[in-house]
This record gives sequence, structure tokens and C-alpha cells, in this order.
Amino acid sequence: MSDVIVVGETSVDEYCDVGLTPREMVDMLKQMLEIRRFEERVERLFLVEGELIGPCHLYLGQEAIAVGVIKALTNEDIVVSTYRGHGHALARGVSMEMLMGELYGREIGTCKGLGGSMHSAMYVKKNILMATAIVGSGIPIAAGIALGLKYKNSDNIVTCFFGDGAATTGAFHEGINMAAVLKLPVLYVCENNQYAYSLPFSKSFAAGNVAEFASGYGLRSYFVYGNDVISVYRASREAVEEVRKHKSPVFIECRTYRQKGHGVYDRALYRPKEEVDEWLRNDPVMKFSRRLVELGVLTEEELKNIDEDVKEKVEKAVEIARKAKVLEFGELFKYLYSSR
Amino acid sequence: MSRMITYAEALNEALREEMRRDENVIVFGEDVAVIGGAYRVTKGLLEEFGSRRVLDTPISEAAIVGMAVGAALIGLRPVAEIMYLDFLTLGMDQLVTHAAKARFMSGGQVKLPLVVRTQYSLGRVHASQHSQFLAPWFLNVPGLKVVLPSTPYDAKGLLKSSIRDDDPVLFIESGVLYSTKGQVPADEYLVPLGRADVKKTGDDVTIVAVSRTVIEALKAAEKLMEEGINAEVIDPRTINPMDWDTILNSVRKTNRLVVVDDGHKTGSISAEIAAKVVEEAFDSLEGPIIRVNSPDIPVPSSQPLEKTFMVSAEKIVEAVLKII
Repeated sequence: MSDVIVVGETSVDEYCDVGLTPREMVDMLKQMLEIRRFEERVERLFLVEGELIGPCHLYLGQEAIAVGVIKALTNEDIVVSTYRGHGHALARGVSMEMLMGELYGREIGTCKGLGGSMHSAMYVKKNILMATAIVGSGIPIAAGIALGLKYKNSDNIVTCFFGDGAATTGAFHEGINMAAVLKLPVLYVCENNQYAYSLPFSKSFAAGNVAEFASGYGLRSYFVYGNDVISVYRASREAVEEVRKHKSPVFIECRTYRQKGHGVYDRALYRPKEEVDEWLRNDPVMKFSRRLVELGVLTEEELKNIDEDVKEKVEKAVEIARKAKVLEFGELFKYLYSSR
Repeated sequence: MSRMITYAEALNEALREEMRRDENVIVFGEDVAVIGGAYRVTKGLLEEFGSRRVLDTPISEAAIVGMAVGAALIGLRPVAEIMYLDFLTLGMDQLVTHAAKARFMSGGQVKLPLVVRTQYSLGRVHASQHSQFLAPWFLNVPGLKVVLPSTPYDAKGLLKSSIRDDDPVLFIESGVLYSTKGQVPADEYLVPLGRADVKKTGDDVTIVAVSRTVIEALKAAEKLMEEGINAEVIDPRTINPMDWDTILNSVRKTNRLVVVDDGHKTGSISAEIAAKVVEEAFDSLEGPIIRVNSPDIPVPSSQPLEKTFMVSAEKIVEAVLKII
């Protein structure tokens, strides 16, 4: 990994040098908890209550990435998300009611119920311009958005999330190369959760890591420990600055772990138990909350209160979504074309 | 005032005029900048508008169409060129599953004012992988507008309208028509999307033809005149939206229909038009509807064989004579 910048776990001692106030760090933890409790509730709504149906891809275990990367962006920067996008949306401040409403197929949803879980993160008012469910396809789209931003002499950049599965698609290679030759301001974030559905990373990708591959296309490239939100933030902040300054793409691979199956119904029994246990011991939410308590930024009591508030918020979102109405079928036709 | 210019020149004028008119119009694709396109449709654009607005890209069709989707999402009006319609299969995901879906599946949050320009080379001895007329595939893609001009006048007016349209447009040119000439006004004009053109009026039979086959249909109509048959020739110009009223009204007048396009017969544009007419104007028909298409085999390369394979005026005449 000669050309790749490696960012490992950040020790508690280094936390004070990162440039985040205690308040900011607590807010980041709160966002991670929001994602965690939202996703846990969604999982139960599918598997226990059976109220939700259809494809749904949980973000559990990857919370540090959405929160760490998005913290390094401005609200005007554009985000391109995926079908595993609930975490991106919540980290961007999309309301839980709207997100849950989308999962329930209701008119109050981010996409009025026309997108469902896989497109629920697409919410233009929060500058998430796409949430695609075709693996890898967001990569060239992000290049196009960046072309537009550069063309308009904007200081804003695009951040494009995707998984390790995307790294083996043609769109990845075409898109990254295109962004590189045209010098487009995109931050590419590969959330390497180590499984492309059932296929482990070692069997799906010929190279040892994705970052090195991107480096081969001439991108400044980071390999980051993705279960530490502070490490993700540090790398992202530096990467974002690079993209903004040089108007060229930069790549971050965050090594993390998908704690659940590919989709909500997948029990993921194909994974070795020791591997799962090892990563669960390094759970990003647990890790960060313990550190903040250790650092004295937060008491156990306060942590408990935050968690209770978050759970209440999630429950309220469920109640609202349940009762919300579904769009009239006749309305559908007006969303097809802008002009006819 | 109008001048005789070629189909390719007309397209070039459309691009220039729209780029002058709207700073948000940009052009990119393989070989479009320095050499002005494999068929010179974008000739001189780099010189006039510079490398910021006219970009050569690598051979990456998925990324070219994907980049058009992204650029449109952020407010530009990209015109992406895909050198051959055959190559569009490599960008299909972005066109069909992204461009045509993004507005709908987001509950109308976005618009996608993009144009993908491409051409099919049937009739130029390009063999099976460079001659496919894949236009009918896109009839099954709600959310996409599909334009197929047959004359220099239509080519210019339709391309200008396509660029100004707020929805994704697939603009399919005919390679063999690039060098054909026609009258094109010097003053600005637009041809609206979704309106068919009656290329020749007549009372005895309706011939609906698309793209290159319009030229063959007009030749056929001339020959039919010699036999005392007055055919009406309709060019839908856009197949989505399709101007059903013009087609149905014509059939109600002539009571006979021949439908022509360069696709393979099975699942063709002709098939869709025939089905619609049967559904909506069955009582007006005084004979079977005949489709004139390519046979259901890939195109052979050998020139005489390609000629036999293709739709021609003779085949259209033959079809008309079957039902009159």
C-alpha cells in the first residue's frame, strides 16, 4: 500500500487534537445512536411485527462512516447515496418521520412512497441527489454532478458512497477513471463492509484493498479504520479539503463490517461466527460512547438519557408513518415527466 | 429564407444555436471535441465554445450516460453523444434505470434535462454489431422521450426542442441520412416533441414510417401514384410521446394501414402502432394491417445481402398492393 494513506484507530488521547468540541462529539454520537435505533426498529418492523415488506438493507455496524464523513461536509455539498442509505439520510438530517414514512410507502415519505427503502435517502432538500439501487451506478452519476459543480465554479463538492461490491462493477472503473481524467471534485467513499451479499471481499476482489486500486487511477487514496468515527472524520476532513482545493477526486476506503445480512431477510449464516463476534466486539457505537464516557465528555446517565430520547423519537416516527396516508394512484402519472 | 443543408449540418446548427442561447448546454462523448464527432455532427463546437463546454471522454458508455444524469441533476443541460446505437447497450443502466426513473421514484423531486444523441448505421455495410435499430426497446421505457428525425428540417427543430425539454430524451439519428440534403430555414424554429408530420397527404392508404424508412415510404408513395393509388405518409417523428391522434385520424380517413420501420419485425415499433390502431380504430379498417420490417435475423455485412435485408420502397409498394 505504498501510495495509500493509512488512518488507523484514534486513541482517546488524540481526541482533543482533532478539533471537535465536546458538544460536537456528543452530537455525532447522538446521530450514530439515531441510526442504530432506527435500524433496529426497522428490522423488528420487518421480522417481528411484519408491518414492512420489500427489500431493505440495514446500516447496522457502519454508523461511524455516514456520521464521520458527513460531519466533514458542508450542508451545500452534494451526497450520492445507495440502497443501504438510511444512515446517510439520518446523518444528513433527514427527518425520521419522512424516512420511516418512505419505508411504509406513505405520501409523507422522502419520495412520497414511490421509492421505498432503497431510494429513501434521496432527498433533494438535504442535497442528497440520488440513492441508487444498482450497485456501482452512483459512481459515474457523482462524476456528472461534480462536472456541473466545477462548470459553475462552485466550491461545493460531491460525496459518493458505495460498498465493496461496487468496486467490481464496470461503472466503478469507468466512473473513477472519468472523474480522474476530467479532474472532477468528488470524494469517493467505499464502505467496505466485507461482503457483497454472500461473497466475502477476499473472493470478490483480486487486489487486497480498494484504496490501492483507486490510487492506481491517480487518486489520492485513504485506507481508514471505519469503525472509529473520529478516524473516519479525520481522514474525511483532510480528503474534503483536498477535493475542494484541487478540484480533483479523492478516494477513501473505510474498512468496516456489515453486522447483519445483505438484506433484512438474509440471516447471513455464510459468515464465520468468530469473524462476526470479533467485529461485534468492535462495534462503532459502543466504542465511541465508551470513549466519550472515558474522556469525561459524557456521563453514563447522560448517555442513557440520550439513548432513551432517541428511542422515543424512533417510536414517534413509527406512529406517524403508520397513520400517514398513501398517495392516490391517479397522482402517479404526474411524477413521470416534467413536461409533456 | 431557407437553404439546402445536410441532415448532419442541420444537427450541428441546432447544437450551436442552443449552446449560444443557453450557457447550461454542454456536449460530451467519444471524439466529439477535437475531431468534431465520428460523423462530424459536433464539428467546430470545440473551436466556438471551448473545452469547458465540449469534452472528449474515454470509451466509457456507462460513465458517459451516467455523467449526463449527474450533470442534469445539478442543473446543466448535457448533450451526450453515443457513437453508435449499438454502444448504448453499455450505457443502458444509466439511461433506462436511472435517467428514466429518477424523477418518478423520487416523487418528482428532480428533473433530468438531458439528451443522449446517437445514430444507427443500417445501410452502411457495418455488420451486425454496428447496425442495430434498437429504437423499439425504448417504447417500453416510460420516463424517456424518444426522437427519430427523418429530414434535415426535423433534425434541427427536434434537436433544439429536445435540448430545451426538461425530461431525458433519446435522440436517434440515422447514419445513412447524414449526407441527405433538405430545405432548412435560416431563421430560428422549433419542431415540438410529440407531434407527427404528414409528409404527404392521400386518401387510399396510410403509411406510417419512422426515421430512414420515411424516405423509402415517400418513394413508394410516388410509385403508387403511377398506379393511381394516393397514399398518405405519416412520420411520427417521436415514438414517445407518440402522436396517436394524427395516426388514428388518418386511418379513419383511408381505412388501410401499412406500418414501416427499420427494426426486426417481432416487437417492432410497427407492431405497437398496429396494436393501437386495432384497439382504437378497428371499425375503420377495411383490410389487414401490414408491417414492413427487417427480418428476424441480424444484419449481414455483404452489401447486396444487406440491401435485400433492409426495408425498401419496393417492399412498401408490395405491402400496399396486398391490401388494396
